[in-house]
Amino acid sequence: MTHRFFARFACSACALAFLATIFVAVEARAELEIDITRGVAEPMPLAVTDFYGEGQGEKKFGANIASVIAADLERSGLFRPIDPKAFIQDVASLNVLPRFGDWRIISAQALVQGRVEMTVDGRLRVEFRLWDVLAEKQMVGLAYFTIPSNWRSVAHIVSDAIYKRITGESGYFDTRIVYIAEAGPKTKRVKRLAIMDQDGERHQFLTTGTDLVLTPRFSPTLQEITYLSYFKGVPRVYIFNIDSGRHEILGDFPGMTFAPRFSPDGKSVIFSMSKAGNSEIYVMDLATRSVRQLTNHSAIDTSPSMAPDGKKVVFNSDRSGSQQLYVMSSSGADPTRISFQKGRYATPVWSPRGDLIAFTRIYNGEFYIGVMRPDGAGERLITKGFLVEAPTWAPNGRVLMFFRQDPSDQYGRGGKTRIYSIDITGHNEREVITPEDASDPAWSPLIHNN
Amino acid sequence: MRFKIVSLIAVAGVVAACGTAPTSETASTSGDGSATTSQPKIMPGSADDLRVNVGDRVFFAFDRYELTAEARATLQKQAAWMLANSNVNVTIEGHCDERGTREYNLALGDRRANAAADYLMTLNVPSTRISTISYGKERPVDPASTEAAWAQNRRSVTVVK
Repeated sequence: MTHRFFARFACSACALAFLATIFVAVEARAELEIDITRGVAEPMPLAVTDFYGEGQGEKKFGANIASVIAADLERSGLFRPIDPKAFIQDVASLNVLPRFGDWRIISAQALVQGRVEMTVDGRLRVEFRLWDVLAEKQMVGLAYFTIPSNWRSVAHIVSDAIYKRITGESGYFDTRIVYIAEAGPKTKRVKRLAIMDQDGERHQFLTTGTDLVLTPRFSPTLQEITYLSYFKGVPRVYIFNIDSGRHEILGDFPGMTFAPRFSPDGKSVIFSMSKAGNSEIYVMDLATRSVRQLTNHSAIDTSPSMAPDGKKVVFNSDRSGSQQLYVMSSSGADPTRISFQKGRYATPVWSPRGDLIAFTRIYNGEFYIGVMRPDGAGERLITKGFLVEAPTWAPNGRVLMFFRQDPSDQYGRGGKTRIYSIDITGHNEREVITPEDASDPAWSPLIHNN
Repeated sequence: MRFKIVSLIAVAGVVAACGTAPTSETASTSGDGSATTSQPKIMPGSADDLRVNVGDRVFFAFDRYELTAEARATLQKQAAWMLANSNVNVTIEGHCDERGTREYNLALGDRRANAAADYLMTLNVPSTRISTISYGKERPVDPASTEAAWAQNRRSVTVVK
């Protein structure tokens, strides 16, 4: 199969451009693969070698890129990067050709090698190859050009390419997380909008903490975030443009607007508005600013999330007497309850694959994160705690992030609040390292759509 | 009076939670109802007057927004106070404990604030003098993760503007 692939990826979030070429034809699918629909007991051992570079600067980029790739793959829980101290073949001779015996002897099933060059116009050229060590075959080879300061994005794109080649699913490493950074005592908590790469790097605060901010969510266009702010003491939904730094209120509404989410096409925002103590779900078309009301019930109706095809909406309502999950058409017709196990259900979020809905369940004094099919069948709880809340999907629909808050003691101490990632199988729960306490994570789509 | 008993229990809860000796504030709120004489600094119609002499907050059961008999008694005193101080406008804040999810609690806090506001209006306080805001679970008064703290945090608070 010959790939005549020559694509230019617009980098919306960072206003940079990548050039990617597949410079070697992709081999037929090798035997090396991981089925990620099941929990993986034994991660695949692989060797990620420092990318080869001639000069000192190139060598340093090569080592940094390799360490980001190894960390990405390790965090996925599907791979076990082998300690480089065990490597037999050196990077210079590997740059000529792998000696597969040297890699088999240290039990590497896959081998990642690459090369970094500074071009005459000051760009970085990064190429990599993934080898199936047992079959002695190249599985994929790609090259990218970028400005040197964007080396982390290239490393994540390479991680995604490796993940995709071996699992058959698209990756999620070239993504960002927007979340709420928290500091100070619970009674006077300071909350700031913050953004970082999915591995916690390139962290930035987006607001100063003057106003209480909550529940940020990414637009599929990546340039915008919708969130709730108590700007001037009035809780309303805002849209924040990452490129321009502008905050803009979503419409002029008489009551509190909250629980916003972009539609999957990014053209509208679905949210709740409350009037005289009654909350209903609305959707606003961002181009025309026209607003449609979807629910009409005296109960609480909130936390709407659209299916990826835009045809249905899952939401949270206490119309049955306690908070439960309902699915309705995107016109608001036929609201149907889908949650029926014991306890209360909240924060439903439709998977980008469409196959599952993630939720928070509260039962018997404990909080759980779980997934169920859109008809409510096949419910599985994947983690629990004193307080776990707010699942958000990786763009491949295989991994969730959520936040976990510990209980406080009688003096209000403790209460550690952090973001975690977990496979939907319930395996591989990991803390995402943040500079301070963290809640309300929202996962971006793939940035360069690799 | 029923209100005073509720107020004393509430203060006892705060003191126990903090584990410190009663401060002058807790001493004054647990004091006799005729506290105006012992608190010469409190101006009639002020925020302190409402908090100390009337009671600025009412409490709710878990995941509920219906007013209890105690809550109605407090709000009746608030309504009389507002009618006596006709230049005062208020914001009613609705709050929740931490045992719910964030967005649902914003809606629940909004219901609680509106339940208190609606009752004041039935007692002839003009709607133009009352606004409401929900803070959900964002602004607890007691940061502990205990039943006693959560009971304190499930509240509406009438704040003088």
